[in-house]
Amino acid sequence: MVKRMGSGSFRFEHTPRIISHAAVVGKKEGEGPLRDCFDKVFKDNLAGEDTWEKAESRFVQEAVGLCIDKSGLSSGDIDAIFSGDLLNQCVASTYGLRSYQMPDVGMYGACSTMALTMITASTLLAAGGANRCIAATSSHFSSAERQYRNPLQYGGQRTPTAQWTVTGSGAVMLSTDEADKGTVTVQRATLGIVRDMGIKDANNMGAAMAPAAADTLIRFMQHHSASPEDYDMILTGDLAEVGSKLFVELLEREGIQGVAERHNDCGMMIFDREKQDVHSGGSGCGCSASVLCGHILPRMERGDLRRILFIATGALQNPTVSLQGETVPGVAHAVELCVLIG
Amino acid sequence: MTQQASPDSPILKDCVCAFLSGGAICCIGQALTNLFNRTMGMRMDDARSATSIVLILAAAVLTSLGWFAPIARHAGAGTLVPITGFANSIVSPAMEFKSEGLVLGVGAKMFQIAGPVLVFGITSSAVYGLILWICSKL
Repeated sequence: MVKRMGSGSFRFEHTPRIISHAAVVGKKEGEGPLRDCFDKVFKDNLAGEDTWEKAESRFVQEAVGLCIDKSGLSSGDIDAIFSGDLLNQCVASTYGLRSYQMPDVGMYGACSTMALTMITASTLLAAGGANRCIAATSSHFSSAERQYRNPLQYGGQRTPTAQWTVTGSGAVMLSTDEADKGTVTVQRATLGIVRDMGIKDANNMGAAMAPAAADTLIRFMQHHSASPEDYDMILTGDLAEVGSKLFVELLEREGIQGVAERHNDCGMMIFDREKQDVHSGGSGCGCSASVLCGHILPRMERGDLRRILFIATGALQNPTVSLQGETVPGVAHAVELCVLIG
Repeated sequence: MTQQASPDSPILKDCVCAFLSGGAICCIGQALTNLFNRTMGMRMDDARSATSIVLILAAAVLTSLGWFAPIARHAGAGTLVPITGFANSIVSPAMEFKSEGLVLGVGAKMFQIAGPVLVFGITSSAVYGLILWICSKL
């Protein structure tokens, strides 16, 4: 069952468990501070394919394949997969998953998609509509650049607030099947409201997403009667350096204390911002997915972290509306992950 | 609040880099012109055209080898403003969209960045020519 706790907030009374997860990343991510965490690192970002789009599909295929392999199950045991990416019509995930013959729901929430797919999968599981689901997302620097920005070999300069799209994919398998073992559970969630503070610079996505993340956190705390002190970590998706500063500042202005010392951001963790020339940090649906699946979930399983709040953040613009002078709205979805005691 | 949290571009450093790299490209251009004109005996007009051709070719080759973008990341306007930037802006989309085919990929997308420069460059030269013609008739 799922219990409503407020507008857009609910608690999973029949809690889904995370029984498997996998993260696959590209070369630059494989040279970053989390290099030893990932299940697979492609030395060549084309992953043996001839286009960047096919390469991204290959990353999804590998991540989902590894996630299934690690669970000891087969694709026939999965009731549904919720997947998303940044490419038009979500082609990276649908093309990557077409060989698996699983019921597939394509979702778009820009870089917030990993939390969105996990929440949706958990809702279906808790409601009894499925026993096992996968949530997966991906992004690829080169396919994102050609869709959103300039050709790769174009000699332009990036602004200091710009973020570097992560090449990677992450997948988690969630289950309510009694036979499945898993210590990390999905407890509570809050869906985000689209927030637009009038940021027009598409190269400053962190600033565009920070108000949405702060708003979702406040609503989560109110609806679920929680406080930041309840968590070992408050993990945002890809606010990066600029957005993270604003996120903490906005919450302090609202009188919410205790976030700064618990907060970390996937976009700041995945790259060495000084040495890897990524400016503000990483971004993309593959950023939060690969950090969560490769680094955070193993830490929870080891007992380093017992309870975290994962808030994936997305900037919802596209190049057409940006050229038309539109602002960049942001959205953030929050999901609470907790290690099962006993 | 956003402005406070967002670091500005290092304008002084960018200007110095652009001055040095742009100046270096112009020096190379001048050296080539001198070479063609004085050493090889070309007429001045021909020497200047040959210089442009060599610089465009060099930028195109560097782009195709993937060396142009890393240089431009530091040089900024230094490589963008001279004719090298124009060459790069045509070669880079041509390479990028090769995967969508020769006609609708390379052909259609080649002028994605340089297109506006051509449109307004040609338009303004036509207007300038018209003004010049009118003035010469007065």
